[in-house]
Amino acid sequence: MDEARIARRGVGPRLWLAGGWLLLALLAAIFAPLIAPQDPLAQDLMLERLPPFWLDGTEPGYWLGTDSLGRDLLSRLIFGGRIAFIVAFAAALAACLVGSALGLIAGYFGGWADRIISRVVDIWMAFPPVLFAILLVAVLGTGLSSVIIAIAVIDWTRFCRVIRAEAMGQSRMDYVENARIAGYGRIGIMLREVLPNVVPSIVALLSLEMGIAVIVEAILSFVNLSISTDDPTWGGIIAEGRLSIHQAWWVLVFPLITLILTVLSFSQFGEALKARFDPVLR
Amino acid sequence: MSAACLDIRSLSAVLPNGQRVLRSVSLSVQPGEVRALVGESGAGKTMIGKAVLGVLPSSVRIVEGDMLLEGEDLGQLQPKARRTLIGARTALIPQDPLTALNPSRRIGPQMTDRLVRILGWSGERADKRIRQLLDEVQIRDPERVLKSYPHELSGGMRQRVLIAAAFAAEPRLIVADEPTTALDVTVQKQILRLIAQLQRDHGTAILFVTHDLGVVAKISQKVSVLYAGKVVEEADTADLFAAPQHPYTRALMAATPRYTDPLASLKPVDEAVLAGLAAEIATADQAWRQRHG
Repeated sequence: MDEARIARRGVGPRLWLAGGWLLLALLAAIFAPLIAPQDPLAQDLMLERLPPFWLDGTEPGYWLGTDSLGRDLLSRLIFGGRIAFIVAFAAALAACLVGSALGLIAGYFGGWADRIISRVVDIWMAFPPVLFAILLVAVLGTGLSSVIIAIAVIDWTRFCRVIRAEAMGQSRMDYVENARIAGYGRIGIMLREVLPNVVPSIVALLSLEMGIAVIVEAILSFVNLSISTDDPTWGGIIAEGRLSIHQAWWVLVFPLITLILTVLSFSQFGEALKARFDPVLR
Repeated sequence: MSAACLDIRSLSAVLPNGQRVLRSVSLSVQPGEVRALVGESGAGKTMIGKAVLGVLPSSVRIVEGDMLLEGEDLGQLQPKARRTLIGARTALIPQDPLTALNPSRRIGPQMTDRLVRILGWSGERADKRIRQLLDEVQIRDPERVLKSYPHELSGGMRQRVLIAAAFAAEPRLIVADEPTTALDVTVQKQILRLIAQLQRDHGTAILFVTHDLGVVAKISQKVSVLYAGKVVEEADTADLFAAPQHPYTRALMAATPRYTDPLASLKPVDEAVLAGLAAEIATADQAWRQRHG
């Protein structure tokens, strides 16, 4: 009982800090047109490279300064969050569904199903992921859906491997054998007995994968392979900031901080959620 | 005489490498009777239990013999019918109560589920039945237990829950697979007494797998002594303890530790006895190979 309470206390701040940042970023992204102080695409060469608000020579309404075309950095980060979150949710969910389902089948049924699925995963993982992503987007053509498909196609193996191992471990437990003796069908046992025990891992992985999807999306937009160059993306802003690092460091630093905080929050949030979900750890 | 509750006739099973793990095992359990199955680890006791319940590992193959559950030949049934029959008429009290309950589901639904889904009872009836059984295994606060997750209960509590669950569906036969081995010594006794009590009250036949002759003496009416997958002696429990016939049985009894002088009383099984057993098994295997080519 005491141990449980200590564990819960340890979970608290992590869950709230990470969840808080994610909620803030998510709300900002959803209500971007209402919140963003400026039009993220409006250029004004009179206002180029304004520094953030605490430095000299700022202009009111441009909190984090402007880039080399005079576009408001804060507004661009907020709008960039939209793409980041759409990709994070859609791609991670798709990868999760495919990977977890195959992993569960491989782990629970074993035998031929396991052999086939595991070999496919092995072959899949032999491809370097980022190159694979770039290749996929090059083939599919740039665009939001291509990015989402590319990330899902690459990262389902992450779910598949972990969930397979977990399902395999659970399937050896006596309670699964007991369910067999009672006369439950195999698929029923897989879904009703085994699946609930791997859900905590699925949740943790899902959150982690969202962070990874945000990074991959940033990488793709960094190399200009994500969506159309007009829409602001975090990776795109970082790419631009890199060019003007000596004149305007903030154009590089703020999107980096945003990216790191978001990715870190996703992984921490996942871990904390797992601890909450797992009845044994709870 | 009515049909035996369980009748195993000359059951043989092999591993993929051709090694026999069960050697023409025959045994029967009459309705309402407790038969103990003793032997050292690796003798195939658990294997017999698993064979009866239809959960042998896929690597073990039954090559000969019949298993009759209340007169119905399990080998003749379609897999689905066999599952249904086994599910309705048998239950398992497992060895390790720590892994035998699903960790992510509360005890209550986990126990009622089987009655509702397999036997088609109403939720209300199942709930009433479960509470009655929890009372019989002397769980004093059923409300709390039903709402608990398995990890919130002690090992002894979990084994009580599993015993209650095993008896709940009124099976004809329960396979108890070393049900006290994983428990604390002080709890072992209580659990054993509970199983004996419920067995008498419900008139359930039990195939009781154990390596502990003390347990055999307390709970069973009949015994089969198993060595290397072969029944070497079978007798009424009282007769076995009064006059063990097979040298191996005598050696097993001599190897039981006594509280008064635990170290001196622990005698390993004699070399001559083991040699005799090896010869016995070799003869049996040879006869078997001749019959099967």
